Amino acid sequence: MTKLLLENILRFILLILAQILLFKNMGYYNLAIPFPYIMAIMLIPVRISKGLLFLIAFLTGLTIDAFYDTLGIHAAACVTLAWVRIIFLNLTLQDDDHDSVSPGIAQMSFRWFLIYVFILSFFHHLTLYLLESFSLNNILSTLTSILFSCIFTTVLIILFELIFYRRKKR
Amino acid sequence: MHNLWVFINRYSTFFLFILFFGGSIVLVVRNNTFQRANAINSSSEIIGSIYQQVDYFKGYLSLNETNLALARENAALRALLKSSNYDDKVISNIARDTAQQPQYSYIQARVINNSVNQKNNYITVNRGSKHGIKKGMGVISSKGIVGIVLNVSENFSTIQSLLHSDTKISASLAKSQAFGSLVWGTQSYDPQKALLKDIPNHIKVEDKEQVITSGFSLFPPGIVIGTVLETGLSSGSSFLDISVLLNNDFSTLRYVYIIVDRFSKEKEALEIQNLEND
Repeated sequence: MTKLLLENILRFILLILAQILLFKNMGYYNLAIPFPYIMAIMLIPVRISKGLLFLIAFLTGLTIDAFYDTLGIHAAACVTLAWVRIIFLNLTLQDDDHDSVSPGIAQMSFRWFLIYVFILSFFHHLTLYLLESFSLNNILSTLTSILFSCIFTTVLIILFELIFYRRKKR
Repeated sequence: MHNLWVFINRYSTFFLFILFFGGSIVLVVRNNTFQRANAINSSSEIIGSIYQQVDYFKGYLSLNETNLALARENAALRALLKSSNYDDKVISNIARDTAQQPQYSYIQARVINNSVNQKNNYITVNRGSKHGIKKGMGVISSKGIVGIVLNVSENFSTIQSLLHSDTKISASLAKSQAFGSLVWGTQSYDPQKALLKDIPNHIKVEDKEQVITSGFSLFPPGIVIGTVLETGLSSGSSFLDISVLLNNDFSTLRYVYIIVDRFSKEKEALEIQNLEND
């Protein structure tokens, strides 16, 4: 239990640091900006209480907001992500076997994880970009940005997962 | 009452979502109303000092370019000195000119955090209220305009970059002296391009003509902002929209100067009277 907690805290800190120091400076002309820090919320164990999950998501978003000078926007996006996560897990995991594990390629299947990451990051980016532009002008360019950023983020998260969590399968 | 409790319990996910999402939206809206004058941003002490540490290491990577830029600026300033002008007077007559008081002075600052690929970009510098910086001062670099001071803490301040959708700077064309306002982010989010609006249709705009500050706003007149890239983008009936290639490269910004205008208060006080008369 302690190991699980430590692992989650460490992952949280490393992903936030990577986001603000590295990925903040990356981007392809505002068309695709990666936000892989949301992986920290995605990989929280399945059987966490709803209230705690929302609180963690809110605080994660607020931390990123402080560094991006966009108070509230990332917080709202992360809270949406947490909501979609709960719905998605309810729909796809009916059995109780998965209760104590974190969502991942090793525990589930590659296809399941890919869809999980893509749908969750899509809703996160949708909230983020719509709140950021706060209008329906340029809706087409906003939607393109959402789609491309979403693909970018998904690819990065899948790569992280493959690199860091593959060994656990043995 | 019991039924209500069951109802809330059943849809607890949704209610929790509404609760937290609402909280975030309140933050967003409040933050916009109060011009981001909030404790949680990068001018706060903790986050400012983290960025300063990161910048300390990043600074080594660009030492060469920074030195080169500073040397070039030194050379340009040296050329402006009286001693470097050719003096053809036979009798020199020394008289102290008391009529000329300097209006602008400059505070040098180092950029410790910067972004160019957001929709609204901000810059954090390592000077604050302790060094005499106040909200609303203009900021330039050796190559052109940078932005306007937005928030100030004791040791740091954040600058609303020119690459921000709310930034509006009075600029004029160098040859015709026609003035308009320079904005960014209306059509594209390219950090190299801005848009000069409200230039009347009858003005002849030359290709590659320089765009300079008009001196009506916070900046001293005549600072080069960029060059005309494309004209004839007409937004309506009687005004031109001119695409401007910015002189300043925001992605390699290291040192900036914050402009202290001695007469800004007096000017503002006078101009407020005009509004009251209306």
